[in-house]
Amino acid sequence: MTDTLTATRAMTLDDYVPLLGAQEVDDLRAIARPLAGRTVQMVNSTAVGGGVAEILNRLIPLIQELGLAPRWDVMTGGNDFFEVTKAFHNALHGGPYEARPQDFETFLTYSEQNRGRLAFDAEFTVIHDPQPAALIEARAGTSGHWIWRCHIDLSRPNRDVWEFLRPFVCRYDAALFSAPEFARQLPIPQYLVYPCIDPLSDKNRDLEPETVAAIVDRFGIDRARPIVTQISRFDRLKDPIGVLRAYQIVKRYTDLQLVLAGGGASDDPEGESVLAEVRDAAAGDPDVHILSLPPWSAIEINALQRASTIVVQKSLREGFGLTVTEALWKKQPVVASAVGGIPAQVIHKHTGLLAHSVEGTAYQIRFLLSHPELARKLGEQGHEHVREHFLITSNVRRYLTLFLGMS
Amino acid sequence: MVVTRAHRPFQFVTASYITRIERQQALTVGELRDGLESCSDESIFHHTFQSLGQYHFLTEGFSNDFAQWALAGLNRPRLAEQLAGLDVRSYCALSDLRIDLLRVVDDFCRTYPDDALRSAFEPFHFCASVEVTVPLGWEAWTLEEFRALLERCGHASFQFHFLVSRLRLRLETNDFSRWFVEELGLEALAQRGNRIDIVTNTLDSAKATLTRLIDRELAA
Repeated sequence: MTDTLTATRAMTLDDYVPLLGAQEVDDLRAIARPLAGRTVQMVNSTAVGGGVAEILNRLIPLIQELGLAPRWDVMTGGNDFFEVTKAFHNALHGGPYEARPQDFETFLTYSEQNRGRLAFDAEFTVIHDPQPAALIEARAGTSGHWIWRCHIDLSRPNRDVWEFLRPFVCRYDAALFSAPEFARQLPIPQYLVYPCIDPLSDKNRDLEPETVAAIVDRFGIDRARPIVTQISRFDRLKDPIGVLRAYQIVKRYTDLQLVLAGGGASDDPEGESVLAEVRDAAAGDPDVHILSLPPWSAIEINALQRASTIVVQKSLREGFGLTVTEALWKKQPVVASAVGGIPAQVIHKHTGLLAHSVEGTAYQIRFLLSHPELARKLGEQGHEHVREHFLITSNVRRYLTLFLGMS
Repeated sequence: MVVTRAHRPFQFVTASYITRIERQQALTVGELRDGLESCSDESIFHHTFQSLGQYHFLTEGFSNDFAQWALAGLNRPRLAEQLAGLDVRSYCALSDLRIDLLRVVDDFCRTYPDDALRSAFEPFHFCASVEVTVPLGWEAWTLEEFRALLERCGHASFQFHFLVSRLRLRLETNDFSRWFVEELGLEALAQRGNRIDIVTNTLDSAKATLTRLIDRELAA
């Protein structure tokens, strides 16, 4: 069995022309021309599941169609390795972690195994996230260009884990982050590469109004009254209780409904308890719809976002917040916290409204409910913002530009 | 009608940018001032010229990142207005733009010394644009050919020739207008094209206006 993956057949560039215009696709082809035949290797730690695999599945075929020679390799490891890297992941996000020497040994052992197993001969090698970061040791001298793509928020990393990883990261030619605040003090150039959504995926493609209506009806949501929605897993950092409080303030003035929809609760003990807390706090209010959705609910999420009057993302901390990107793409007015990558998407009073508290969130919701024209305009400008910056095609463009700049 | 043929064709180029994250950050107006003084030219370019192109679809109250941060991050509308009032089109050198940005911030700090120390909701992160240009392989020898290719060119190419060209040429004109004058002798078209306000237009509407001006010229 080969470890090099072939990404599943995705869309072709021509499929994006109706959304982007032929000019933008022409541009991509022109930028790719000097890179024809150049080899690119992407390495991450999972072939399925998770945002990185989802992006690579879409990115690789488009880069290939543009004439480059990409390949995608997946690092392998035992449960012990993935337990360690999961702990590292949480620690780098600022979560609690008790450093144990054997964790670092496990990490290095599997890195060495993978260095022996995989070939590293591409002109551009892009290593995604901390799990395969130590593969840089496979680099022969100064050959090729090695890039570390960090998809996680490194703004407050656990010191022990970061100090362990940092020497590996410093040996790359460049590091890529999803927001300027995630960058670290490093001796190598750091670039901004936003995460992205695919406008043609089930979660984002256009839906017929009848499909949206049927899904909303199935959940017992009244389409005749305003709907305020937050889509996110039931996690305290997403502050569902804060959203509920904001809704309760607005409810004094407007007859609205709240939808809190997300997945992952059934297999996440903390998610279960947060879900229970939210249900308690809602106290049986029939206008609060708490929906614990299974992972295969892309079309349901798409429909709920499209049916909403306002989409909220009241996170206390956030990576990039792709649920915001999804809502903006659907031209929905968004009220969101000014945390993580959200301010890059929600430009206050231009592509949405930012808030810093429960009361602020409530005020912005009230304001948009009473100014539907402004809400519509924010939604339209938000859509343009996503079209310009946060689609998979922009991601392709950034990689091509980086490769050209490094050549 | 006599068709004027250029001696040198107009060659369309597209530009692409990757954003480099710089080390400087600002949490107060004073720190913004320090950053403005020490940041690279690519950083000034990124937060002004490049920002205008990136957010071209916003035609009200948004002209550069510094102004937007002064408003949304610092809640200082007076400073935001002063910074937004700097029209990047009137600058042919980033050093001049930097001097004027510093002057605005210095004036604010002198007038409102307490405000200069007040912390923003979120920091301003200095970034820089790294530019890569690629020829599109399209050549126009006549105004008619130019019009057809203008219609085909994307945002990045239009922005490169219409706005960023000022810095490259170090002239208060753009690639299109310069070619109209030097190759086709169309002085009036060049002037009218150069007057299109990119701050209050989107890239699409600016391109549409230029196309209309060319149509009028072709019909004359």
